[in-house]
Amino acid sequence: MIVVNCPNCGPRNSSDLRPCGELTPRPDPSTASLSEWRTYLYLRENPAGWVTETWYCRNGCRRYFTIQRNTATNEIRDSEAP
Amino acid sequence: MTGNRLPERPGEVIDRGTSLAFTWNGQGYTGYQGDTIASALAASGVEVFARSMKYKRRRGIMTADHWDPNLFVQVGDEPNVRAGSRCLVAGMEVSAQNVWPSLKFDVGAVNQMVGRFLTSGFYYKTFMRPKWFWHNVYQKVLRKFAPGGRIFWESSTHGAYDKRYAHPDVLVAGGGPAGMGAAIAAAEAGASVMLVEHEPELGGHLRWGDAADLAALAELTSAVEAHPGIEVVIDSTVTGRYDHNWMAVVQRSHEIAPERLIKARAASLVVAPGLIERPYVFAGNDTPGVMLSGAVRRLINLWAVKPGTRAVVLSANPEGDAAIADLEAAGVEIVAALDARAGEDIVEVEGRGRVDKVVLGDGRTVSADLVVIGIGWTAPTSLLNMAGDRPVYDPSAARYFPNQLPDGVLATGGITGNGTTDELVAHGRATGSLAASRALRSRHDRRVLAARARNPEGPKPEFLQDTRTPLARVPHPECYRSSTHGMVDLSEDVSSKDLVQASKEGFDSIELMKRYTTVTMGPSQGKLETVNASAVLAEARNMDMVDIGTTVWRPPYAPISLGALAGRIFEPIRRSALQDWHEAHGASPLLAGQWVRPDHYGDPVGEARNVRQNVGIIDVTPLGKLDLRGPDVTKLLELVYVNKWQKLDIGRVRYGTMVAEDGVVSDDGVTGRLGENHYLMTTTSSGAGAVWEMLEDYLQTYRPEWDVHVTAVTGGLTSINVAGPKCRELLLRLVEGVDLSPEAFPYFHVRRGSVAGVADCIIWRIGFTGELSYELHVPSGHALHVWESLLANGEDLGVRPFGVESQRILRLEKGHYIVGQDTDGLTKAPSAGLGGLVKLDKPDTLGLPELKAAYARTDLPMLVAIQPDDPQVVPMEAAQIVDGDSNRILGRITSSRMSPTLGRSVCLGQVDPSLAAAGTKVTILLIDGRRVTGTVQEHHAHVDPEGVRQNA
Repeated sequence: MIVVNCPNCGPRNSSDLRPCGELTPRPDPSTASLSEWRTYLYLRENPAGWVTETWYCRNGCRRYFTIQRNTATNEIRDSEAP
Repeated sequence: MTGNRLPERPGEVIDRGTSLAFTWNGQGYTGYQGDTIASALAASGVEVFARSMKYKRRRGIMTADHWDPNLFVQVGDEPNVRAGSRCLVAGMEVSAQNVWPSLKFDVGAVNQMVGRFLTSGFYYKTFMRPKWFWHNVYQKVLRKFAPGGRIFWESSTHGAYDKRYAHPDVLVAGGGPAGMGAAIAAAEAGASVMLVEHEPELGGHLRWGDAADLAALAELTSAVEAHPGIEVVIDSTVTGRYDHNWMAVVQRSHEIAPERLIKARAASLVVAPGLIERPYVFAGNDTPGVMLSGAVRRLINLWAVKPGTRAVVLSANPEGDAAIADLEAAGVEIVAALDARAGEDIVEVEGRGRVDKVVLGDGRTVSADLVVIGIGWTAPTSLLNMAGDRPVYDPSAARYFPNQLPDGVLATGGITGNGTTDELVAHGRATGSLAASRALRSRHDRRVLAARARNPEGPKPEFLQDTRTPLARVPHPECYRSSTHGMVDLSEDVSSKDLVQASKEGFDSIELMKRYTTVTMGPSQGKLETVNASAVLAEARNMDMVDIGTTVWRPPYAPISLGALAGRIFEPIRRSALQDWHEAHGASPLLAGQWVRPDHYGDPVGEARNVRQNVGIIDVTPLGKLDLRGPDVTKLLELVYVNKWQKLDIGRVRYGTMVAEDGVVSDDGVTGRLGENHYLMTTTSSGAGAVWEMLEDYLQTYRPEWDVHVTAVTGGLTSINVAGPKCRELLLRLVEGVDLSPEAFPYFHVRRGSVAGVADCIIWRIGFTGELSYELHVPSGHALHVWESLLANGEDLGVRPFGVESQRILRLEKGHYIVGQDTDGLTKAPSAGLGGLVKLDKPDTLGLPELKAAYARTDLPMLVAIQPDDPQVVPMEAAQIVDGDSNRILGRITSSRMSPTLGRSVCLGQVDPSLAAAGTKVTILLIDGRRVTGTVQEHHAHVDPEGVRQNA
């Protein structure tokens, strides 16, 4: 189990938080084509390396924040509120 | 019964004043406090402890510790107990396992003669044909040979297993001289230390060493005990190291639990497991009486047990030489002391129940009953592998050494090199200081990151480079196999011959060979046999050990019982303020998510009828309730619901459905406007948490500029639904400050007032049951008073509580669907029959592009009401709707009940759009194979589709 640094609560076991996956900006639903929308829904870069992720501090401050995580080593840096 | 107990030994761990009686295969035996099961039996002359897995060969003590592959026994109702490490307890009923019919005579021993069927990969080659033979014969016979003890499902007395979380700065795995040195130095540097020792006492190999070793042990132990910063955890093993130094520690003896799993997060991990002695491969190397040098030294020095009378010793190192001295001191005659460093060797051992004759490398045959092997070591690099290291084989020292470790993991002691006790302790101390400095640096970082909670103390400690003087690598001959073939894996009965054969068959990479032959896959999990397996393969392929590699060590390093893994369950159970009342009044409990709820009070059908005829009350507290405040709540509602929310007046309630971004129905409920900027949203009971998190997600990450505050009030407000034609009459007796007349308080409106004297209750008129009904949201502290007042004041009206099952019947009669029951993970909004509710002309709502696409389709399944044509047939939920006599699936029944109001069965189901029109006949395939017909109804509601009752 990895440790994730919540900007408010400090380092926490990842089981205290909810991973929300790679940060993917939401397109404008009134103009997005169906294919753009489905790219937002289903397609992720999923690199073996650094990725920006959203996490939710569900058992603590209940804030969403982003971190940088290296998916190959689980090294984590830059925790910040969105 | 022979007495093998020696006179008192200086380092013995037995208490000769405390005799413990126990049984072995039904016979009475005694041992002493401090004995293991194996040492007590060996002291009494027992030589054969088990039969081997495949060939049923007799097996005796080999390592006399936790890893001994031959010492698995049954103790009472506990199977697979390791007799080499389990301490003896008075009254234990110990027996051999995996023997049939008995340890002395096992019919399976015939397998030795048919060994050609059981060679490499026999799992894949035999028992294949004829096919029917598998079920009828092979399976039944093989069961008899299955290894392992007996499980007693019914009579288990193991008690409750437990779990613990720990956060030491430094965790030291291994309590030998280096590990103790590391713990002391780390604690002196100000770190909190957890010192985990596999054996029941600290000390490692010092415990069975000479006088100087024992003196050093006493000094180290008192230093460890004197330091308050060190927690010593004995008879425990670090079984795994995971990301960010998350360690699993299995604690085998604990006062309140038979086994406990400690989950420890440490800033630094010090790996100090020492070395494991390695067996030697030669013909007859698994005969009882063939022991490793550590085993005889432990037997003699810890438990004062004489391991034999005439010994042949093969030694390649000082520890093997020390065994000779111990054997002599114990009065064992040394028949031959062979020096492997000078090329002396053992070729073969003969004897069945015990070593009898030994053929030496020089061709001599000598008579002996004990063969002692001290030919080298395996580095237990498991925790290092789990930290990402790939240890490297050093042929000059004949073992693997650590290679590249992350900053938070440090190795010390025998796993890194050789040294005197002082050198090991010094290396351990240097490692402990380094580990502490890195841990304190990490502690500083954590405090900076949690700056709101705690301020860091002082400046950040400097990062210290590793300047330790490494321990020397003393040259050691590479002794793996003699000129004969023998057992490599004693747990799985895999011989060196099997490995050579596997290599010839093409399974010649170590990982493939492992899976094909099952070498290293038994209970020993490679501790004793993994390096020998690599060596045999290297020899067979004429390659270097370095190029062969080893199999990967994976967690768990030591076995963990399933009980300890399950441990104590920390999942909370939520109870409404009325749950005690429900239980006191005969409610049958229903577990729904985290909540325990009343399913019914004994008569769900009667309870449902009473709601239709009189009045019923139900506790619906688990209904998710979110208090929404702020000027932008309307925008939020527009975003998350499919319908429109701009024109909701104060005092009005509206039903809404939510879909996720993929257009799939995710939740539903009603939201009422209590004030200008104040709303109360309800969600489904199961979706309460998810909806809350979803609202926060969009408010925090998508529209942070919106001014909305969300507070979950699910538990704070107890919700009571009062339903039935007489419910207004009942509430008129208890409600103050609210005009309950139909004109002043119509359907889908909300009011605030006092109920039974409890001020500020929220009352809204909605109707899940289809009856005239009011839902009361009462501050939970007063809920019981309100509940009891409703019952006390409505006796003449026939008021009765009803449970979740009655509510399900009533809502199905009314055709209200349940998200997650009548919809699933693929149900898009049009399928749920939301019709005009969904507004596609909004600029933004969740899943809008998917909603538009879904409404353009004509092939989506539709949720419809169905009535079986035979009113007495109640199809099982999930029964399929098929195309006539064929098995083509056209839908399924999602909800089904006998309706007490109509006296017939009523259903909801999802069907192909070709069947969705009212009056269509559908074929329902029942679970018993019968096909019955049903008719699609015009409305979802089977009862009162016009809503006369709820609008009354």
